[in-house]
Amino acid sequence: MNTIMTYRDALALAAAKEMDADHRVFVFGLDVPDHKRIFGSTQGLVEKFGSSRCFGTPLSEDAMTGVAIGAALSGLRPVHVHIRADFLLLGMNQIANVMSSLRYMSGGALRLPLVIRAVIGRGWGQGAQHSKSLHGLFGHFPGIKVGLPTSPQDAYSMLRAAIRDDNPVILLEHRWLYDIEGRVNEEYVPPLPGPAVVRAGSDATVACTSWMTIEAMKAAEVLERHSINIEVIDMRTVAPLDEGIVAASIAKTGHCLIADYDWLYAGFSAELAARLAHRCFGALRKPIERVGFAPVPCPTTRPLENLFYPSAVQIIRAVERLLDLDSIDLSQESFYCYEERFKGPF
Amino acid sequence: MLSKGEGLKLYRQLVLIRRAEEAVRAVYHENDMKTPVHLGIGQEAIPVGVCHCLPNPRTAFGTYRNHALYLALTEDTDRFFAELYGKEGGLGRGKAGSMHLCAPDQGLLATSAVVATTIPLAVGAALAHAYRNERQPVAVFFGDGAMEEGAFWESLNFACHRSLNILFVCEDNGLAIHASASERRGFSSISDVIRGFRCCVGSADGSDLVAVMEATNRLHAEMASSSQPGFLHLRYFRFLEHVGVNEDFSAGYRQAPSEEERNALDPLIRFYAHLDRLGCTASERRIIETEVDAQIQRSLRSAKEGLFPDAAALYEDVWV
Repeated sequence: MNTIMTYRDALALAAAKEMDADHRVFVFGLDVPDHKRIFGSTQGLVEKFGSSRCFGTPLSEDAMTGVAIGAALSGLRPVHVHIRADFLLLGMNQIANVMSSLRYMSGGALRLPLVIRAVIGRGWGQGAQHSKSLHGLFGHFPGIKVGLPTSPQDAYSMLRAAIRDDNPVILLEHRWLYDIEGRVNEEYVPPLPGPAVVRAGSDATVACTSWMTIEAMKAAEVLERHSINIEVIDMRTVAPLDEGIVAASIAKTGHCLIADYDWLYAGFSAELAARLAHRCFGALRKPIERVGFAPVPCPTTRPLENLFYPSAVQIIRAVERLLDLDSIDLSQESFYCYEERFKGPF
Repeated sequence: MLSKGEGLKLYRQLVLIRRAEEAVRAVYHENDMKTPVHLGIGQEAIPVGVCHCLPNPRTAFGTYRNHALYLALTEDTDRFFAELYGKEGGLGRGKAGSMHLCAPDQGLLATSAVVATTIPLAVGAALAHAYRNERQPVAVFFGDGAMEEGAFWESLNFACHRSLNILFVCEDNGLAIHASASERRGFSSISDVIRGFRCCVGSADGSDLVAVMEATNRLHAEMASSSQPGFLHLRYFRFLEHVGVNEDFSAGYRQAPSEEERNALDPLIRFYAHLDRLGCTASERRIIETEVDAQIQRSLRSAKEGLFPDAAALYEDVWV
């Protein structure tokens, strides 16, 4: 069944479908069943499945991550939800020391089918402690799958796939994506998917994570009016990483820009660039370009925040560098302004 | 009151643990057993006594000082020694080593090299049992040092809030590596602090197997009638250094016990008097000791002869 729905509704529907299908699935986390329902993404779950399968927790991210692991070891399939990815750092011992390695240390005897969902904050002054994405950090540890759904369809399919996966999965959801609407095929539930070409093009390959896919699509629209066609790839699952689709695209375009929603230093973009530089050495006509966060903590005030985040403008400028183009006059362009939709405060 | 058969069964477990760890001490200098060992000589009565009192099927979680818990639950020495030698036949195919022993089929789900780390896992297991309306008990063993970690308090709070069927077992040797309790604690009594929670609290001399069992049974009954978690505070004496196979009384951070004190702190010697009362003779004890020694020698030999995992194993067991 194809339905137009928002990203937040797609998440809630995906959880409800899996909870319906499998009694072992439960959803918990700080404020999961409160009146705000994690920005609407757990809407309807407590009414339908009761407080034994959808419940809030104390402010104990460390222990609650361990509780999810212990429940998973005991045959349940927990979904642990956080309103900000930054809070996962409180559970880092469990994530990095246990979740990633317990199966390996048991020689394959144990399995940990659990999902951690966390929201990446941005705008309205989220500042340095409510704005991280951390996908590169989590992807660094072998044994954890890390996904960043961008479209409502991927929010739906990837959450269902993550819940069905017998490995631990972290899904990171950008707050601004929650309002995005799209067509969702409710029957489409493949395993956790690799990168997808979301816009075909022949002049340059732009590999994106999360919100940067939206920015790249805007850049593509502007560039197209100047007869430049970029191929936009949404990486979706960053660990384990299959960069084959990006490499195939570079074979066609000869140029690559990585637009990552994170800092560049030792981040996912560095890993992807290293792999592609090696794999596509003969096909690349210029060094790989990267755009990401400015190398500073995220500032709160809007003028500095604007400078901190990478945008469609930076993507356009990077493509110009790759293709030796003159600078396009962007003064008449209207770029995505989040205030049109996101009114804060959180 | 124990039967004679039970007494001998428990004695076999105590001896198995002691002799297995003495075997580790004997071979460690050969440098083939390349894993940091945290030996539990002096600790044996705690896992043996607590596990004996928990009805099957039971689930347990432990620490890096886990040999006694593993052996009490499994009585296996083949996979145990193979793991310590890093062999394919080890319980973790050589990927666990001494600090991460587990035996999920026999109820030992996880142990950890990071203090307090398995405490929330145990609470998650207890939550899973509550979720399925099972009364299966969960016990988590941890040292007194773990009570200085946030994960302990977060876990205790959550378990008490949700009235989970979990037994917190504090193996109190008064030391965190080399730091004494007085160097670390901002409170006087462990039991008094825990009594502030909706939790049943018991304590006993952890060197005395019978006292451990009596305290466990009392607490277990209290937990069942009150539907509250339990916290069992058991003191014991760590005879050896924190990690490694040697005594370290000469280091100066603690005093060596006198001969009389040693006897009072040694769970095996303490259990002799109980065995006497049950009518178990010294020769019956010796039969058990001989059988256990033979089992350990067989396991050691086969572990030494066993194969290391092949190169392909490096990449196996990461993903399901």
